Amino acid sequence: MSDATLTALPKTEQPHPGAPDNWKRFFTFSTDHKVIGIQYIVTAFFFFLIGGLLAMVMRGELITPAADLVDRTVYNGLFTMHGTIMLFMWTFPFLNGLANYLVPLMIGARDMAFPKLNAVAFWMVPVFGVILMASFLVPGGPSQSGWWAYPPVSLQNPTGNLINGQLLWLVAVALSGISSILGAVNIVTTIVRMRALGLGWFRMPVFVWAVMSAQIIQLFGLPALTAGAVMLLFDLAVGTSFFNPAGGGDPVLYQHFFWFYSHPAVYVIILPIFGVFSEVFPVHARKPLFGYPFVAVSSLVITGLSGVVWVHHMFASGTPDWMRMLFMFSTMLISVPTGVKVFAWVATVWGGKIQLTTPMLFALGGLVMFLFAGVTGIMLASAPFDIHVNNTYFVVGHFHYVIYGAAVMGAYAAIYHWFPKMTGHMYYEGLGKLHFALTFIGANLNFFPMHPLGLQGMPRRVASYDPEFAFWNVIASIGGFILGLSTLPFILNILSSWVQGKKAPNNPWRAIGLEWLVSSPPPHENFAEIPVVVSGPYGYGSNEPLVELAESKAAE
Amino acid sequence: MFGFVVFLLSETVIFLSFFVGYIVFKTSATDWLPPGVEGLEVRSPAIATAILVSSSFVITIAERYLHRENLWGFRSFWLLTMVMGSTFLYAQAMEWLSLPFGFTAGTFGGTFYLLTGFHGLHVLAGIVMQGVMLGRSFIPNNYAGGEHGVASTSLFWHFVDVIWIVLFALIYLWQ
Repeated sequence: MSDATLTALPKTEQPHPGAPDNWKRFFTFSTDHKVIGIQYIVTAFFFFLIGGLLAMVMRGELITPAADLVDRTVYNGLFTMHGTIMLFMWTFPFLNGLANYLVPLMIGARDMAFPKLNAVAFWMVPVFGVILMASFLVPGGPSQSGWWAYPPVSLQNPTGNLINGQLLWLVAVALSGISSILGAVNIVTTIVRMRALGLGWFRMPVFVWAVMSAQIIQLFGLPALTAGAVMLLFDLAVGTSFFNPAGGGDPVLYQHFFWFYSHPAVYVIILPIFGVFSEVFPVHARKPLFGYPFVAVSSLVITGLSGVVWVHHMFASGTPDWMRMLFMFSTMLISVPTGVKVFAWVATVWGGKIQLTTPMLFALGGLVMFLFAGVTGIMLASAPFDIHVNNTYFVVGHFHYVIYGAAVMGAYAAIYHWFPKMTGHMYYEGLGKLHFALTFIGANLNFFPMHPLGLQGMPRRVASYDPEFAFWNVIASIGGFILGLSTLPFILNILSSWVQGKKAPNNPWRAIGLEWLVSSPPPHENFAEIPVVVSGPYGYGSNEPLVELAESKAAE
Repeated sequence: MFGFVVFLLSETVIFLSFFVGYIVFKTSATDWLPPGVEGLEVRSPAIATAILVSSSFVITIAERYLHRENLWGFRSFWLLTMVMGSTFLYAQAMEWLSLPFGFTAGTFGGTFYLLTGFHGLHVLAGIVMQGVMLGRSFIPNNYAGGEHGVASTSLFWHFVDVIWIVLFALIYLWQ
């Protein structure tokens, strides 16, 4: 990439007329995708801390076999809200924020396709967050039926009040669904219709491919969950009997609606993280992404296959054998496109000039933990094994290796990688590495013991357990506390470097990609002149320019 | 327009989920219809169906007038579409009032009111969108801006019609 190309693009942020040009803009109904992106990310992280605190109380309870810290009812509310907050209030909003911030920059657009709709979709997040958190205050406390809200458990209303924890949960989830569908319409339209000239499908960064694939799942899967949630809401509030067996309803049908979306939801989370890995590895190993077209298309293949795997969550729900076989096969099949990505990342890093920066450490750590999650995932896809460990801690361990090990580690990699671009400041590398060390050690100490516990038969969702499970639980709790502690250097790092960190150059990593061509932070409307893309996004080691500008061309 | 098509695809999945629910409940139920109910009357809903389906043709004529820049032709046929949609809603309200069972009458009552009610809300949304477009057609020099909204509204109306045809077949013809 020539210096001429870099200097031809704007270097200073130009506030648009009437908009505050300081921290206050993050508290306004802004239609700038970058402001909305940061609003999403900060809101999501706030809820991540709340979800994490609930988890720490649970690990505090589980450090001894007896239910002595909180009673069983409170414990049920804790794991329900922990799961719900972490999925609906942390991962989806965080990834929407990342996509919002990066996608228009990466595709050479000035904003999202529907900026006002974008702001509306974001502002629904604090609204449903407040509704969800309000359930701590209503009589009977929050929902106790787990984040999956299976009937008939979720139809129980011991207090008899119309406004109860489960009702608020269902309203919040339905609102979250609407917000995510609006976000998905916006993101998919932006990617399909607003790419800069020359940015063909196979010049698009893998992150953009991955985000698009994930949002397609939101569009086609989420309505099924929303339909199920609405029917459950009527059952609970009005007395219909869609899923109430006492009135002739079918509770297993709810499981189908729920998992038709909620298994693919894992790909909604993990695909953009795969995108993050695909951006971080080439930059910090100084090598082109190995097998780029295959890595790009494998996201779409995962999206396609994700629609035919949901029944593997129901192997123990009276599912007939032929269906178990079919879904066992389809679930295992999804490891093929996933394997394509993993091998491509390994080949990318292999022999590269690896710089162990904080984002690279988080990406490598996330990849290692994802590999472990993948292996246990294939084990769980096998119906005989799944039935053996069904409802044990093995499943909890697998799930947390995916969601914390890969997704949260990937999220941290993304934050550190794009932090200089978003804020215009560099983070403190030492604090970043301390954060990584504590996170990696804490996560593995916390989640690995869940596997032997599950194999020994410890059930999930229990506040007390047999003393024979005590050893691994103590280790897991220590890991959980280290994990909780690990967020402190992160918060300190982000806040202090945002306020007084070293000024970041436009392209601190010497990365290739349209977002690195603009100033840090990028100006309003991103590009003074929309660039014409003339090559692919991973040309490390080659001297061909990424973009061509009309002005520079005219000057020639 | 592309974004709107994407949104409608997502809406289709919500309706499909409700349809799947209806089929599962009907095929597995031992007591499908509420006690004392023999079946649903088909004649009036069939007439309402004919009106709604015809309105899809009427709205297309309105769009053609807009393309020929004949604003009064557009407004007349556009308004006729709104009247036809409102007639459909009125017929559905009358049917609801005459039925001897409610929302909580087993899985049949639940799915019947859920499906027809959710569809009815879409018809209402379509009429509101049509009203907005009709109002915009009176704003001077708004012709170019209105055309895009008119196309989306028209597409939404066709979508609502197609959904109703499936719904009518499921609920009224497959008894």
